[in-house]
Amino acid sequence: MSTPATPEALSLLIVDDEPLARSRLRTLLEDIAPDCPTRVQGEADNGHKALAWLQTADEWPQVVLADIHMPGMDGLELAAHLGRCPCPPAVIFTTAYDNHAVQAFELNAVDYLLKPVRAQRLQAALEKTKLRLPAPDVEQLAQLGRQVRGNGRTHLPCHERGRLLLVPVEEVIYFKADLKYVTARTLAREYVLDETLTHLEEEYPEQFLRLHRSVLVTRSALAGFERAQDEEDAYGWALLKELPEKLPVSRRQWAIARELACG
Amino acid sequence: MLSIRQNTGHSLPDWRNLGVLLRVLLGANLLALGAALIQAPRLSLWLEAFVENAAWLEPLLFLNLGILAASRDLLQRCAPRFAQTLAIALAGGTAALLWDALRFLGLDGGTSPHRAALLAAIGAGLLLLYFELRAQALAPRVEEARLQALNARIRPHFLFNALNTVTALIRHQPRQAETALEELAELFRALLQDPRELVPLSREIALGRQYLDLEKLRLGERLQVSWNVEQVPMDPLVPPLMLQPLLENAVHHGIEPCTGPGEIRIQVSMADGTLNLRISNPLPPTTSAREERGNHMALGNIRQRLALYYDMEARLEHGIRDGLYLVSIELPCRHPQPLKP
Repeated sequence: MSTPATPEALSLLIVDDEPLARSRLRTLLEDIAPDCPTRVQGEADNGHKALAWLQTADEWPQVVLADIHMPGMDGLELAAHLGRCPCPPAVIFTTAYDNHAVQAFELNAVDYLLKPVRAQRLQAALEKTKLRLPAPDVEQLAQLGRQVRGNGRTHLPCHERGRLLLVPVEEVIYFKADLKYVTARTLAREYVLDETLTHLEEEYPEQFLRLHRSVLVTRSALAGFERAQDEEDAYGWALLKELPEKLPVSRRQWAIARELACG
Repeated sequence: MLSIRQNTGHSLPDWRNLGVLLRVLLGANLLALGAALIQAPRLSLWLEAFVENAAWLEPLLFLNLGILAASRDLLQRCAPRFAQTLAIALAGGTAALLWDALRFLGLDGGTSPHRAALLAAIGAGLLLLYFELRAQALAPRVEEARLQALNARIRPHFLFNALNTVTALIRHQPRQAETALEELAELFRALLQDPRELVPLSREIALGRQYLDLEKLRLGERLQVSWNVEQVPMDPLVPPLMLQPLLENAVHHGIEPCTGPGEIRIQVSMADGTLNLRISNPLPPTTSAREERGNHMALGNIRQRLALYYDMEARLEHGIRDGLYLVSIELPCRHPQPLKP
């Protein structure tokens, strides 16, 4: 797609959990329309719903205006998920007051608007998206998100036959690394993820426990441990509350895992 | 000039504080000046006598301050009276030693080592007395400063969100915008008022309602509120801004992180002269470590304030009960004092 010479309406998606904040943005967009024409394609009240909306949209918006603090899925996580899609929209964040976020954004040259948003600032930010500057990369956004909200993403992306599935982290029972992939197991099914166990372990240090070079398990899902008969495959086995399978535990992790899980 | 930071809560001052060092130097030199006036046979010789004294005094002062600064932490750990005695003994001891050293160098001060030691010890004693009196005079100010600091803890996040809400309302619902601004004004007026005075319960409740009205504009249906305050008299006096921070906590931790609606329940009751305040909110889906800390900080603040107002008589408890987060405060009830004839 080439940059149009004549001013063409920018298509937008507004994501904010507060109805009045969304309406304020719409009013401002109308105000600046003579100089900077825009078209609001849709609205969503959190990141999760925004992604669901995008999945069904015929055409993706060029810009997403996303609040940072939203229940369910916040703006930073939304941006991180969008970043992994082909042709992601530009994301402009909005926030009322957040020292953590603003400092991090300044450091990482991420676009943000402070609420109450001013028309000129909004227009400047929108104009800037037309320059198609490189977006901050996904890893960086994930890092920022962790800094700002103090814990990891709420969902993990799984791209399956061209569709983006979101796996709620709280439903994951364990992660397992095979030769090439990391899979996440929930009660219902297995998902292939584009993650590494090391990253996951770093992102959720309190939630998941390393059992083996290739296994991370949800602490609360552990039912018990048993020693292996022969130590060929594993030093011992971890039993799960809700699944009949056993997970291998390495000699190195045996004592640590047992202590953490039982203590 | 407030110098609360010089006060360490111990009767010995902080020997590494610049203000303390300056005060010691000035105080000791003033004493020396006074001593010189007594010593000098004629007024014209006063300054000369002081210079003579100073030659002996200044090295002694610097030596003592150096030792005290170096051993500050050690002294703080001792019992106050013992530490004071040590400091006085140090002054006396070093004075005697210094006198010896000076005589060895051929600079006879013209006095005996005992007299030097005694003078130094008396000087040190007088200075310590001054510091103790000063600490006592500052104590109420320290408390007051803490109260002020603890009080001013409305989240800036709330202010900016509220302003954003009002700007959104102004064009299409000007009346609501007006009301919202009035409520915001009331809230900040309460924030800026003198924190030492107790206020009637009715005012605290009105403030709480105003705060929740503002949040309701912003959060809409997600914020449900139920008040249960009919059974309680409205005139007892309570510390100001006790309810509002708790409600703010409840909104921040119980409503904002949830996608669906949630209810905050406020119940105030009175029994046997004890006022009981209970606030409950739904549990958030997950709590990050930082949020946890924020919550504890707010509760810690209120607990400290309760201790300042009521000492041991008030209680604050919090925890999870029946799937809800519950904060409960018990206060001894104080009715407005009738005017004395």
